[in-house]
Amino acid sequence: MRRLREGDVGSLPVIVGLILIWAVFWFLNPNFLTPRNLTNLATQTAATGTISVGIVLVLLLGEIDLSVGQVSGLCAGIMAVLNVKHGVPAWLAIASAVAAGGAIGLVQGFWFSRLRIPSFVVTLAGLLAWQGALLLVLGSTGTLNLTDNTVDALAGTYLPDWAGWAVGVIVILAFAGSGLLTRRRRRAADLDVGPIGAWLAGLIVLVILVAAALLVLNGYLGVPLALLILLGFAAGFDFLVRRTRFGRYIMAVGGSPEAARRAGISVNGIRVAVFALAGVMAACGGVLAASRLLAVNQSSGGSDLLLNVIAAAVIGGTSLFGGRGSVWSAVTGALVIISISNGMDLLGLPASIKFVITGAVLLAAVTIDGVARHGRQASGKA
Amino acid sequence: MGVATRTPILQLAGISKRFGAVQALADVDFEVYAEEVVGLVGDNGAGKSTLVKTIAGINVADQGTYSFQGKAVHVHGPNDVTKLGVSTVYQDLALCDNLDVVNNLYLGREDSGGLPVLKEEPMEKRARDVLRGLSVKIPHVRTPVAELSGGQRQSVAVARSVMWDAKVVLLDEPTAALGVAQTRQVLDLILRLRERGLGVVVISHNMADVFEVCDRIVVMRLGRRVATFDVKAASREEVVGAITGAEFGKLRASDAPAEDLA
Ligand SMILES: Nc1ncnc2c1ncn2[C@@H]1O[C@H](COP(=O)(O)OP(=O)(O)O)[C@@H](O)[C@H]1O
Ligand SMILES: [Mg+2]
Repeated sequence: MRRLREGDVGSLPVIVGLILIWAVFWFLNPNFLTPRNLTNLATQTAATGTISVGIVLVLLLGEIDLSVGQVSGLCAGIMAVLNVKHGVPAWLAIASAVAAGGAIGLVQGFWFSRLRIPSFVVTLAGLLAWQGALLLVLGSTGTLNLTDNTVDALAGTYLPDWAGWAVGVIVILAFAGSGLLTRRRRRAADLDVGPIGAWLAGLIVLVILVAAALLVLNGYLGVPLALLILLGFAAGFDFLVRRTRFGRYIMAVGGSPEAARRAGISVNGIRVAVFALAGVMAACGGVLAASRLLAVNQSSGGSDLLLNVIAAAVIGGTSLFGGRGSVWSAVTGALVIISISNGMDLLGLPASIKFVITGAVLLAAVTIDGVARHGRQASGKA
Repeated sequence: MGVATRTPILQLAGISKRFGAVQALADVDFEVYAEEVVGLVGDNGAGKSTLVKTIAGINVADQGTYSFQGKAVHVHGPNDVTKLGVSTVYQDLALCDNLDVVNNLYLGREDSGGLPVLKEEPMEKRARDVLRGLSVKIPHVRTPVAELSGGQRQSVAVARSVMWDAKVVLLDEPTAALGVAQTRQVLDLILRLRERGLGVVVISHNMADVFEVCDRIVVMRLGRRVATFDVKAASREEVVGAITGAEFGKLRASDAPAEDLA
């Protein structure tokens, strides 16, 4: 509670929020918590969450990228055109799409950091320009249906039950192993180690979560590959942010660009790299979304995708003001946003109501973020 | 004192620096000895900051020589100075509030044994030992800097500047924003640096602090070094007189506030 008041919100509120949201939708429509719907929800979350991982990196830097929605659509379009129209093998088409996303991010990052133009302006221009580029790429066709087996497999593959359990066991062993290793290294270095009880409690919570998720997902088709891809990205980027030099520099630039510069960190280099990564993740998310819908069209990457992606990061607990947050917020936040949207679909609410409610949720999340920041400043922890 | 017979660890001679029409420094000599705290005082615009920036390599002097441990050196930028073992703590401290103490102490110098993955345990251990060695008290080295008091933040900034083999430390107004207890912490830290053999230069407006920790006081006025005092043999009135330019002896304590010449 003290931490909350002083502006350190962490991931507790979002978990509580998610449980509440699920309870409400389940109360309104019992179909919400069926294995079938939750599997659907998981595959829907994959694309949004993947793009949101990139947005978290940008937010940690204290910047914003408003173009990621359109970049995801454009890159999906590039993949579709290469694969469908030109017969390029799926893996090469996907790699090209990802490379295009990275290149777009590089250009935007360069524009913003070297030419000192605010990132929201550069990427707002990008939002429009890349939408135009998608129309160009798609040409007169308008819509391209994806029929390639490899592309379809990304969102259409479900792990057999035994493989799902195997992955679950590996995740738990990896968590336990790395935790025990860290404890041993700290003890060897004569550093304090946290109480074993708290650590065990965390492990037990993870075991319960993994088991519950597996029981539910195996109750329908099995663990969706798309969900594993999202979790893999999140775990990888979480490691990057927390444990590597590059990640530390992202946090430093987000906390104080001037302090980072004086410490000899190449602030602009970090910025360009992060925007490139956001472009890469947007492309990956775009490919996942296209694989789920089995098509790319002129509105791919448009509509409320951008807002959902940013809302996910902020709802998950990553600050809009830089330097505070976690890559996992992309996953938890995307789950919240997608649950709300999925639940409203189940209730048959019209688009008008859905947009208003999604907007209100985003506003609530940024308000909490802003109030928390205010609390930090008031208690001298700007 | 005996100080005069030793070689200064850092010595600048005949330094001049002009900004357009302003002669910010005019033929200034400055020296710091090992195991000594020098107070650099003067009214606003006297040239203190310009002198410190020249020592730190941020300004390049128009004229003058720079020597370190008795040898003439050429200083082209801040990196040259840092390599010599001269570090500066500016008033804004340049800490990342969102990062913890270990990360701030190691910012830009992270230990990763050549790999991209950081070695947290050795960094945390050394951070803890460095702060203990300087008797800096903080809740935990993994506390975000945002949660520390002003004195603790200043202490972390100072510790960062000395933990990488510094021989001379320049502190710009280290106690200006602090309350009594926190000022105490920082002054104690300065004395500990001296015990360890470092040369410390402190810019300050606070006469009480200057008289408490300094061995010598160098007074600047209008870009010149106008007086040098041995703290043991000087009074506050004399120092304030040199700062304001009033003639010695004529000045009564009530003519100018001794403390807080903002
Ligand atoms: N970068 C600069 N450009 C122009 N004038 C400067 C610059 N830096 C300092 N000065 C001038 O040099 C003089 C000395 O300033 P400074 O060294 O900041 O004094 P102090 O730190 O003692 O208050 C002042 O007149 C100031 O206006
Ligand atoms: Mg000054």
